[in-house]
Amino acid sequence: MAHLSPTPTLEPTQDKTMILNMGPQHPSTHGVLRLLLEIDGENVVRIMPDIGFLHTGIEKTCEAKFYHQVVPLTDRIDYLCPLTNNLCYVLAVEKLLGLEIPPKAQWLRVLMNELTRINSHLVWLGTHALDIGAMTVFLYCFREREDILRLFEAASGQRMMTSYFRVGGIALPPPLGFFDRARDFARRFPSCVDEYENLLTNNPIWGMRTKGVARITAEDAIALGASGPTLRGSGVDFDLRRDMPYSGYENFKFKVPVAQEGDVFARYACRVQELRESIAIVQQALDGMPEGPIKADAPKVVLPDREKMKTQMEALIYHFKIITEGFAVPEGEVYQAVESPRGEMGYYIVSDGTAKPYRVHMRAACLANLQALPKMCEGKLIADVVAAIGSIDIVLGEIDR
Amino acid sequence: MALAPAITDLEQLKGHPAVTRLFAWNPRAVEAAKFDRDEMTVVIERSAIREACVLLRDDHDCPFNFLSDVTCVDRFPSEPRFEVVYHLLSIPKKERIRLKVLLAGESAVVDSVMPVWPAANYFEREVFDLFGVRFTGHPYLRRLLMPEDWEGHPLRKDYPVEGYR
Repeated sequence: MAHLSPTPTLEPTQDKTMILNMGPQHPSTHGVLRLLLEIDGENVVRIMPDIGFLHTGIEKTCEAKFYHQVVPLTDRIDYLCPLTNNLCYVLAVEKLLGLEIPPKAQWLRVLMNELTRINSHLVWLGTHALDIGAMTVFLYCFREREDILRLFEAASGQRMMTSYFRVGGIALPPPLGFFDRARDFARRFPSCVDEYENLLTNNPIWGMRTKGVARITAEDAIALGASGPTLRGSGVDFDLRRDMPYSGYENFKFKVPVAQEGDVFARYACRVQELRESIAIVQQALDGMPEGPIKADAPKVVLPDREKMKTQMEALIYHFKIITEGFAVPEGEVYQAVESPRGEMGYYIVSDGTAKPYRVHMRAACLANLQALPKMCEGKLIADVVAAIGSIDIVLGEIDR
Repeated sequence: MALAPAITDLEQLKGHPAVTRLFAWNPRAVEAAKFDRDEMTVVIERSAIREACVLLRDDHDCPFNFLSDVTCVDRFPSEPRFEVVYHLLSIPKKERIRLKVLLAGESAVVDSVMPVWPAANYFEREVFDLFGVRFTGHPYLRRLLMPEDWEGHPLRKDYPVEGYR
């Protein structure tokens, strides 16, 4: 067998061009993205992304775990929005089981999800601005992000790898004072977004680095499978939360920000508006939080309360059975998609009727969005590539899985 | 909430617009269909997949213009071994449909849908990488996630979870 190079290589196609290797440890590639750029002076002729440095085989690992053991794995896929991954996975399994979730659990899930979206967008905004040279925004964003991480820690015990949702409900009720802290944050946050916008939106340098840069048309974006703010920045008015609602999103009122230009600034504008819409949803969720249980009434699937285990024989038996044998899921297959901060995140789960999933596949929004990168950057300057990578909000954990 | 039983009778499912459309075009292209848990699955004959995709993409009433995902399921040791699964989304109509192609283990080859949606590029490369299913007409069918000199296809069921040691 001929010797194969473990990584792809690119050959110049013209005499005057050369190959530039960018990444995988370049700070602006957000992790381990490697780009092979064919350049003619400062102009990019061709881009070839090289991915897979973070591939951990999560899909294969899932096949060897019980359904409830997969939840912590999903945190590690898109590590900037662990709760969105949790939600998408548990919704898919609940759809397989035909399980009905009590309203309070649904509202809590929406609340946590929108906080996650803000958290993820804050990391995006900070690092994206940092890549382009605006350092201050990063510090401001991480100040507010810290508040959200403290809320996550209070509720789930973890700052980042939360694993807060369970099949059939929520792991444990939020502690006393959680809602007051969340309300305080929701009250403060809109003025923080004003601060970020003061620094960037009308800043002429920011405008020059983002307006008209890395354009993509709506047709190209759809054909390349781009979703989320990358698609909405090109004028396609589509948001899964509004258009194909899940987990009770139909009870919330919010606008879907759309921009027409399709450039880096349009995607920036969409995401910043989304910050404001998300905090409005958080506010609504806090105001209208229903009372009731946070777990579905399905003893064979949902772990019993700790108190009950100490007093009731049956609860103890169910707990033992679920932990040691898992729970069987009826045969079938589902595809559940949710709107993650980056676009359409989908879980395709195939069950063969046993307690372990036969196949779990994650549709990574970033993987499809990355395909749009060459279209955005070819023929443009190298410095614009950095702006374009930031604008599609890339998370390599999700791409490589 | 009890699960409604899956509907697999083709005659009953002909009311679904996408199935109607596929039947009107070529009845032999549709091998089977299933409506389960509010999701529509249509099994397409292997040689017809690309044209079926074009048909659904350009449909006037309900254009499935967005390719959400392409993936694969390995049914080893039963035959046909591989199911290549396409998830289509209609952005204007907010509908989803799942297409499937069944492939035998020794001839795991299917037409690439990259000419229909360029989005299929990475998805098909990933399926090739992890399952060893080949897509004819794909311009750059190389491994995507694993190193290029890797041996075997990790998501196949006969590949051990902890890898070959």
